[in-house]
Amino acid sequence: MDPSRKRKVRFVVALSVAVLLAGALVYTSFSASSEARTPSQLMTSSEKGKVYKLTGKVEPGYTRKGTTTYFRVRDRAGKGSVPVSYDGTLPDPFREGREVIVSVRRQGEGFVGEKGSLITKCPSKFTAEQNKT
Amino acid sequence: MLIAGKACLILVLATSLYGIAASLYGARTGRREWVASGRRAVYAVAATTALAFVILEAAFLRSDFGFTLVTTHSSTTTPAFYRATAVWSSQEGSLLLWLLLLSLWSSLILFLTRRRLREIAPYATAVLLGFAVFFAAVLVFLETPFQQASPAPAEGMGLNPLLRHPSMMIHPPMLYSGYTLFAVPFAFAVGALITRRLNADWIRGTRPFTLAAWFFLGVGIVLGARWSYSELGWGGYWAWDPVENASLMPWLTGTAFLHSVMIQERRGMLKIWNVSLVLATGVLAILGTFLVRSGILDSIHAFGASTLGVPFLALIVTMIVGSIVLVASRASDLRSDHKLDSLLSRESVFLLNNLVLVAMCFVIFWGTFFPLISEAITGEEASVGPPWFDQYTVPLALMLVLLSGIGPVIAWRRATASNLRRNLLKPALAGLVVLAVLAALGAASEPAALLMFGLGAFVLAAVSQELWRGVRARRAMSGDAAPRALVQLVRRNRRRYGGYLVHAGVSVLFIGIAASSSFQDEKEVLLKPGQTATVGAYEVTYVKPTADLKAAPNGRLEKIDFGARLRVTRDGEKVADMTTVKSYFPSLAPFLGPISRFFEGEATSEVGLQAGWRRDIWTAIAPDIGSLRPRIEEGDKVFSGANLSPEQRDAFLGQALTGLTRSYANDPPPATFRLIVSPMVTWIWIGALIAFLGGLIALWPPPRGARSRVTAGYAAKVGREVRIPA
Repeated sequence: MDPSRKRKVRFVVALSVAVLLAGALVYTSFSASSEARTPSQLMTSSEKGKVYKLTGKVEPGYTRKGTTTYFRVRDRAGKGSVPVSYDGTLPDPFREGREVIVSVRRQGEGFVGEKGSLITKCPSKFTAEQNKT
Repeated sequence: MLIAGKACLILVLATSLYGIAASLYGARTGRREWVASGRRAVYAVAATTALAFVILEAAFLRSDFGFTLVTTHSSTTTPAFYRATAVWSSQEGSLLLWLLLLSLWSSLILFLTRRRLREIAPYATAVLLGFAVFFAAVLVFLETPFQQASPAPAEGMGLNPLLRHPSMMIHPPMLYSGYTLFAVPFAFAVGALITRRLNADWIRGTRPFTLAAWFFLGVGIVLGARWSYSELGWGGYWAWDPVENASLMPWLTGTAFLHSVMIQERRGMLKIWNVSLVLATGVLAILGTFLVRSGILDSIHAFGASTLGVPFLALIVTMIVGSIVLVASRASDLRSDHKLDSLLSRESVFLLNNLVLVAMCFVIFWGTFFPLISEAITGEEASVGPPWFDQYTVPLALMLVLLSGIGPVIAWRRATASNLRRNLLKPALAGLVVLAVLAALGAASEPAALLMFGLGAFVLAAVSQELWRGVRARRAMSGDAAPRALVQLVRRNRRRYGGYLVHAGVSVLFIGIAASSSFQDEKEVLLKPGQTATVGAYEVTYVKPTADLKAAPNGRLEKIDFGARLRVTRDGEKVADMTTVKSYFPSLAPFLGPISRFFEGEATSEVGLQAGWRRDIWTAIAPDIGSLRPRIEEGDKVFSGANLSPEQRDAFLGQALTGLTRSYANDPPPATFRLIVSPMVTWIWIGALIAFLGGLIALWPPPRGARSRVTAGYAAKVGREVRIPA
């Protein structure tokens, strides 16, 4: 095979590999992702066993039993709220009225938070870092 | 002073606009005095921005609460170091710092190239000043740091306690230095494309800045990871958080660029790659700056929440479109001088290196922006988590380490079997031996980590082999003793040996990451004093609680610490005594009760960390102050009702708080502990240090008289490419 044909073949092979990998990437990202939901959206429809990314504000009055915290997450601007139970230490900025993001799964009437997925947003407008547990 | 500050920024904006006009006019008409005037405009911008910055710093240092920014980010109880660095903890102050650094580096490069790169420099000046115009305009019209607070309050809100750590204060200047230094090769690439001067001159002229950018951005990223590990209460160093990813992406393409340019300098190949990589790095640097402060990735609904979203997006789109147009229209000037001869060659390995780094950047980009992408495609906003990122970045990282061992030693153009054997056999054997030994010791349960250990050993062996051969050759020539030969060797070949050291450091870093993420033991437990928990091979006992009031330098209460003393043992032998606390900072919110406000402000974890060569023991505590609530509420009522003078109030408050801390210490409720045993975390930081040391060596100018040899072929090429201006 002369060099220039060899180069064309190499280029086509490389491009095909790149396209295949990109395709695999795109496909797995859609199947491995969890949808973002607000509390009202979760209240209206939620599939059992599916993981959702819940965002909202922590309602006042949460309780702790052992290592588990029981709190309610309210819509950022609205009335809907859902109960969440989360096992594990809370991030340092966790407070009533703060915005949180937590991956939850429905269990009965309430939701169970996935371990390590609770993120509390820093209160200042310019956030230096979001804080995970 | 506020007015002086505002005036400085307006002056910066006007001078930058003038500088752009002067540079472009001078470039088009060939009149050098206008180009020089444009250059001087850059110096003026730097000086004026520095003045504005000094005004702001002075206000912070003297706690001038007439400045809104000082009121919202500092207080009289903030220690001096944090008052000085609080300037850039705010949106406005950080943008001003960005502008300052940009103008300083721009002044430096233009000063250093004032007699060279004459055709490119005016356009580069215009691009750099273009960035200055953007940031100055944002500072003047949208987010001014010189907002007046009237009436000026007596006390400020204080610096967010999470930021009260030296790393967190050095981290932004390091990152911004990285971003702004990348603007320099970006600007010169644009100038080179416009003027079609696409030989390696613009690359060589800006190389120190590219290296420095790589260095500072890398340091900033590692500092952020270290801060996350040792200061935050979760015990990890990397979360694939959008903010982390935003800083990593330009670093990856910048690394690719630094490698790829070697191929252009030596063989005139990969020209399109090089301009594309540096332009992409510039775009990603601005994207990184924007992502951190826009809030668009928390929730798409917050896009409009920040006023900066639209202007930054406009800048990024302009940069992307402009870059694509420039590269496409200059494609004929970017043709390679040579073609790839063989897949087994240094050119090929470097090309593969480019592909792997760009692939990694693409994966991170896709995962970071997935919420926006999925909403655009499916209408549902969805996000991917760390497992998805790991799935793709781990194989790519393995490939990267492998290539970093092969690249420096494989022959140019076409590697023969004997060349490969001579350079790679012993290191490959070393890697295989390490792999086999560790597999026998049980590491085969984590194949990716095992493979990384083997590849890391391969790279370290390859680097050692090169050092050994170089020292031996030098000794044969000069008869020096080995240490002196080593020093002389490195001095005369800083780029090469600095680079080897960087590769070695990166291998050590990846070994540390592989070990600490794959073989970690973690536990969350509720413990009463006296109880013990087992983590991995260690037993951790909650010995006793601690509760203290901590005063600020000016005598007022800074925070209340509730924590624990722990004892760590292994097989009955004491390993360490550790302390971990949670600090509660008072809130200034007026609606809170006088006692409860001490428990409703920010809380930070003081992590207990026992670092070691083989493993780290990490602990954090979440004390249960719920049991104190009844007494706190009672105290609130008593204090609100009582009629006291300020001194009496302070005195009684002190007593009440001391009583609370004592009651916690005497009868503590069970506390939740997070305990982690992570192998080889220290290797991550050491690997990073070695890599950055290598970067410094590569950056350092060579001693006079030790210039690199110019080959005849290269000299002929220079003769061909020099154009006489019409």
